[in-house]
Amino acid sequence: MAGIGGAETTGKKVGWGLLNAVVVIYALFPVLWIVSLSFKSSKTLADGNFIPREWSLENYENIFSTTEFTRALINSIGIALIATAIAVVFGTMAAYAIARLDFPGKNLLVGVSLLIAMFPQVSLVSPLFEIERGLGLFDTWPGLILPYITFALPLAIYTLSAFFREIPWELEKAAKMDGATPGQAFRRVIAPLAAPGVFTTAILVFIFCWNDFLFAISLTSTEQSRTVPVALSFFTGSSQFEDPAGSIAAAAVVITIPIILFVLFFQRRIVAGLTSGAVKG
Amino acid sequence: MAEIVLDKVSKRYPDGALAVQDVNLEIADGEFIILVGPSGCGKSTTLNMIAGLEDITEGELRIGGQRVNEKAPKDRDIAMVFQSYALYPHMTVKENMAFPLRLAKVDNATVERKVREAAEILDLSQHLERKPSNLSGGQRQRVAMGRAIVRNPKAFLMDEPLSNLDAKLRVQMRTSVSRLQKQLGTTTVYVTHDQTEAMTLGDRVVVMRGGVVQQIGAPQFLYDHPANLFVAGFIGSPSMNFVPATLENGSLRSVLGDCVLTDRVRQLVEGADAPREVIMGIRPEHFEDAALVDAATLSSGGKFTSQVDVLESMGSDKYAYFTLTGEQAASAELQELAADAGSDDVPGDGISLVTRLSSSSGAVEGASADIWFDADKIQLFDPSTGRNLTYTER
Ligand SMILES: Nc1ncnc2c1ncn2[C@@H]1O[C@H](COP(=O)(O)OP(=O)(O)OP(=O)(O)O)[C@@H](O)[C@H]1O
Ligand SMILES: [Mg+2]
Repeated sequence: MAGIGGAETTGKKVGWGLLNAVVVIYALFPVLWIVSLSFKSSKTLADGNFIPREWSLENYENIFSTTEFTRALINSIGIALIATAIAVVFGTMAAYAIARLDFPGKNLLVGVSLLIAMFPQVSLVSPLFEIERGLGLFDTWPGLILPYITFALPLAIYTLSAFFREIPWELEKAAKMDGATPGQAFRRVIAPLAAPGVFTTAILVFIFCWNDFLFAISLTSTEQSRTVPVALSFFTGSSQFEDPAGSIAAAAVVITIPIILFVLFFQRRIVAGLTSGAVKG
Repeated sequence: MAEIVLDKVSKRYPDGALAVQDVNLEIADGEFIILVGPSGCGKSTTLNMIAGLEDITEGELRIGGQRVNEKAPKDRDIAMVFQSYALYPHMTVKENMAFPLRLAKVDNATVERKVREAAEILDLSQHLERKPSNLSGGQRQRVAMGRAIVRNPKAFLMDEPLSNLDAKLRVQMRTSVSRLQKQLGTTTVYVTHDQTEAMTLGDRVVVMRGGVVQQIGAPQFLYDHPANLFVAGFIGSPSMNFVPATLENGSLRSVLGDCVLTDRVRQLVEGADAPREVIMGIRPEHFEDAALVDAATLSSGGKFTSQVDVLESMGSDKYAYFTLTGEQAASAELQELAADAGSDDVPGDGISLVTRLSSSSGAVEGASADIWFDADKIQLFDPSTGRNLTYTER
């Protein structure tokens, strides 16, 4: 019996391993291709080799040689961080209220935020363009941060209220009995337990802001607030006969790094099952 | 430490449900009081009102002589142990127990000392650095107790703290809760729906039904002198037997045979202005195998003969179960009790009877047995109101 069982699990492990490998290769191949492209020199760029024949940092030197890319990088980081912070703070408060309180208009609030999330962004671009020009927000950081928050908030509220609902309400009552003010109960008991949800939300919102192209291309016009995805599309070779693909690849690699760092940093805090042991059963 | 007074306290939930009605209760300093009753009778609501987790709709709550209706839980200086324990999962056992002290801004050395003392009392010293998720049910329960005792509150409130434990552990913890309360001498309000806990733990027991207090008294007093059918049926395990009976000039006629009322019972019944049709209540231990009773005693009670359905020998005594032909005693209270015990779906053919006989009884399962009962121990109830017609204070 045991032998058969053992064989079966080994077989299963191999099967799963193969499947995982296929998925990982499928997902990583384009990424590796970009990485490889970014290390090719302009001469060998189009040779179709997966592994560069001659490694060069030419593309990286290129993108960092002008302010076009570095400035965009700063814009992207600043805008995404600010938008994420604001969306997560407000989202946390709204989600907590939705999960814990019964107030008039609660369903309306949830419905409206869902509506916003579903609204086709492209149809908002031209009105937003007009509005922001009128308000003087066009081509500024707040001009991008505001729409990002608008679309990130529903996402944040949704994810977070799911997390808040998981937290047993009795913990809050217990904190009150232990002498906590509502604020202390929230900060010292509820917030730490909601932390995985907050970090998950932060990652999702950050990625959304970081990757946005539509708003960024429509609501900016100069280096002053242009973000990386847009800056990439403006890349040209040093002459019109030169293919900018190498530079674009290098830039793509560079802008992936903050996301990876961001995710890795927060991922360690996303400990599954943090609420287990709070209440019996 | 302080006394707690509930003065005509009522609770109506926003949806209109009247959960607790006109509760008057004076809990003395250091007293251990038990709130008991079937599910949904308002025990938790009452406790939460004392805690400050629920608003009081009407009436006044005083702790240590001071009105606290409007005070937030944190200003009432009361500790609570929840049924689910409600331990903070992100904190270690030590941090959990220290939490109330940290909130009270107690200095580090004192926190250390108090947590260590509490851990010692509760036998948690070797688990201080562990997280609640890694503890057993009994250990979690003790951590919850520890969190309550560290800061010497004015009172403890406990909402079915043992109901999540298995039977053996529950008995064990019951004893330690009782010992702990004696040791600390802190006023304690304890909610349970387990009548054994109610009987064994408290100085006084409050029996509730449908948001209304039925009777307040020492456990033994409630057992001997229930104010009504509900209390009579709720307190005691196995519970009191109820049989419809007819009062006829000084004697009582029922399926248990006719018996002459003793002087004591007759006086009480006359004083109570009893109806003709009553419900007779008699506890299992007031029966005996007729063969073991001497002639003089035999005449001071009733006697019936029936077939033993089931006989359980406990060693020290025997429980004999009978089913007698006849109508079951009917009243709203008894129906509710049956529903709470989950036995209301049993078809009502005949009257079931539980009797406790001496171990020397010769009763045999499936055979007929002569059973005597003590006429001086019967209680008579009014079927329409449930009132105990033989109630005395003594
Ligand atoms: N938040 C609420 N809103 C409306 N009604 C409620 C609420 N909480 C409790 N009730 C009602 O109040 C009554 C008493 O409830 P309570 O929780 O005090 O019962 P309990 O005696 O503690 O029962 P259990 O033994 O099941 O815990 C019940 O009928 C219940 O339906
Ligand atoms: Mg309850």
